[in-house]
Amino acid sequence: MNTTQVAALREAAAESVNCDGLRAAADGDEYSLETPEDRREGLSEEAFREAAAAHADYVTNWYVWSRDRPEDRRAFLRWVEGAGDRSVPKRYAALREGTARTWGELRITASLGADGERRYDLRHAADAEREVVDLSVHDDPLAARRLSKHDDDGRYRPLSTAPTLQTGWVFPGLSANELVRAVDGFYPATVANWYRERTGDLDVSDWRGTAERQTGIYDIVDELSSEQVEWIAESCCVDSQCLKRRQWDEHGGEGGELDVPRGDGEFPCREPCSLVIAAARKWTTLEREESREYTFELTPSEKEQVEAIVDAVAEGRTDEIREADVYEGANRYRARFLRAKRFDEAGNLSGAPTDDEDGDEDESEE
Amino acid sequence: MSQALVIVAHGSHLNPGSSTPTYDHADRIRASGAFDEVREAFWKEEPSFREALRTVAADEVFVVPLFVSEGYFTEQVIPRELRLDEWNVAAWDSDGTSASHATLEAEDVGKTVHYCGPVGTHDAMADVLVQRAESITDDPDVGEGFGLAVVGHGTERNENSAKAIHYHADRLRERDRFEEVRALFMDEDPEVDDVEEFFESDDVIVVPLFIADGFHTQEDIPEDMGITDDYRTGYDVPAEVGGTRIWYAGAVGTEPLMADVILERTADAGADVGEAIDRVRADATGAAGD
Ligand code: SF4
Repeated sequence: MNTTQVAALREAAAESVNCDGLRAAADGDEYSLETPEDRREGLSEEAFREAAAAHADYVTNWYVWSRDRPEDRRAFLRWVEGAGDRSVPKRYAALREGTARTWGELRITASLGADGERRYDLRHAADAEREVVDLSVHDDPLAARRLSKHDDDGRYRPLSTAPTLQTGWVFPGLSANELVRAVDGFYPATVANWYRERTGDLDVSDWRGTAERQTGIYDIVDELSSEQVEWIAESCCVDSQCLKRRQWDEHGGEGGELDVPRGDGEFPCREPCSLVIAAARKWTTLEREESREYTFELTPSEKEQVEAIVDAVAEGRTDEIREADVYEGANRYRARFLRAKRFDEAGNLSGAPTDDEDGDEDESEE
Repeated sequence: MSQALVIVAHGSHLNPGSSTPTYDHADRIRASGAFDEVREAFWKEEPSFREALRTVAADEVFVVPLFVSEGYFTEQVIPRELRLDEWNVAAWDSDGTSASHATLEAEDVGKTVHYCGPVGTHDAMADVLVQRAESITDDPDVGEGFGLAVVGHGTERNENSAKAIHYHADRLRERDRFEEVRALFMDEDPEVDDVEEFFESDDVIVVPLFIADGFHTQEDIPEDMGITDDYRTGYDVPAEVGGTRIWYAGAVGTEPLMADVILERTADAGADVGEAIDRVRADATGAAGD
């Protein structure tokens, strides 16, 4: 605690202070100061300073939270240190040790700097136990935007909340404002939407409204049926693919709710994102095709192998299947064997032609 | 009263480099201190246009589209997604290249939005094109003996895209700095494929009026002009085609001086940017000139 903080508290006492159990008031030259553990009245300026010194944690806590800050950022920062659930003494004890929260794949550890100022360590949750020196150290919160662009294999991440955030970096000493900025760099707008949801103000835009709003090349996505929208949510929006908690449904009316689990994420998704809309466009054109019957010859194991391959791709597991693990249907040698045996020169499965008009136009439009 | 700047750009689901110029320009403006907050927002990345305004605290927001011309995105998509409900393209009162700004309310956040015309049509773009020519030739006085081609996509979506190219080509021609200035296109005549046929000069600088480098500027245009057979092997600067030396500059939008155009847009719309324009200009030209 420093003298500026005490002077600020004394000044604020004139208007009365009430913050996390600390109360302070002034009546002319007489001051009072109260915490859940202690109550002192009729204090002179000098006695007020002494009382403040006796409750330094309460005073620095008030000072930190009396700072002017947008409501959503303030609520988020208080959530980080569990300000709603813990008394000041408990919270300060935790802050002295470092108290951590998880936000998507981020791990945020709040601790105390000088005079109660909060310091934040931000890193990937998977790096929780690693030493700072073993990680690449950053201090500019804007670096988060660039770190979020690639996964650990160097592949581009078009969806910031996909559970593929790269590891190996740390922001060891962020201020409160810098923390918010960095979190927003990794997961843009999640703090704002989380706060809106907490205050009952989340403006969810369901599938129908979002689809109908589209123009240009996305104009067609409103053709998709409820069942197809369900498949889209199952493909893209579940926790294994995206850490936002899906709050949008097919529509807001009766029967508009989708069956797919929303996910357990801390922060909400308020409308289908651009990635989902772009994929939906492709599905809209693909789903215009009618099913037809093909005749294939497959052994029972080959049928299962086809299923295993689709499954491995859908779960993003192909990288994990070991080179010589020929017991896995999606093993590369197994797939090559199947291709050698069952595909003709034109790449047709069991020699069955797909058809003359297979819908393979418009590949990489964006 | 605090003011924020939100730069809105296309972005990409496939190309990680697409957002880089946007971040670079935003960082440069942030460093100038002209705005309390500077944010980037994207059609294909995050924050989306829909959610960008709620990430700034200021009640007064200047929105500048990092797009080359007026058209589908600036007239329909961006205002709709920002929820500028009262928007009507007539508010810009533009002839296709003259939009300055319109002041509206964003319905979901209750903020005042000064919605600016795209960077690509601002007069200051001519300076950026020149700057690009200087940096690619490494000659601050380049002009004599050199032709300059300003390259656009063409008219596929909107005729204003060609208008913007002609507009800058005309203005640069009036400056009388380069021997010849021409507007060329990827998808229509006069086509960039035959660039050397449109110029008498032995040296021709080719600058695409694109915001970010991507398939068009890194693959199509170099191959179409014949400065490389295969974009993956790269190309020389200059490269000789049919007796003409082609100085291919890549997307003009990556030039540091673009930050100045963004600031000019906000100043035209009433932002209090103080000395920032001078600072950004000095910084950007210094950074590019060595
Ligand atoms: S729509 Fe929402 S939940 Fe689904 S993938 Fe996009 S951001 Fe995630």
